[in-house]
Amino acid sequence: MEDSVRQRIQDIIESHDVVLFMKGTKHFPQCGFSATVVEVLRRSGADFQDVNVLEDPGIRQGIKEFTNWPTIPQLYVRGKFVGGCDIVREMYENGELDAVLSANEG
Amino acid sequence: MVEADELRERIRQALGSVSHLEVRDLTGTKDHWEALIVSEAFSGKSRIEQHQMVYAALGELMAGPVHALALKTYSPESWSKQEG
Repeated sequence: MEDSVRQRIQDIIESHDVVLFMKGTKHFPQCGFSATVVEVLRRSGADFQDVNVLEDPGIRQGIKEFTNWPTIPQLYVRGKFVGGCDIVREMYENGELDAVLSANEG
Repeated sequence: MVEADELRERIRQALGSVSHLEVRDLTGTKDHWEALIVSEAFSGKSRIEQHQMVYAALGELMAGPVHALALKTYSPESWSKQEG
């Protein structure tokens, strides 16, 4: 991965508390897995920044190497990778996600 | 597309001891999969680390042949709790 891409990813996850790298936008997801995470975040009442990887091939590839995680969506909270669709949904169901997100406000 | 046997083989090879392994073709098209894996190798690891281990095991398969992979990973201890 180019350093410029790594730096851009770093800048994005540092400038927003909650960031979702996804296919499509929060208003128009273009993949079922991305849509699931958007819905979960919405139900959790979280305000989040969406990053549409379909509009940015550099980030689309780079984000996979950044976290050693080969799939999208990817959720970050306060600069830390939280998980993809399966993990985020599981955390929503068992209440962990609320804890992660609300720690955010304090 | 990829065969279930190849997924199983890769996972077993990478993780060593696997006490329970189910691989399911979700769509019948051999590119959307679900895997349930119970392994000693997951003990003490976070969920993210567990999934990263599986992704690493599958390597280049994740960059094309496998379009989607739903993962359920457990250490033997968490699996026995899960089973109740």
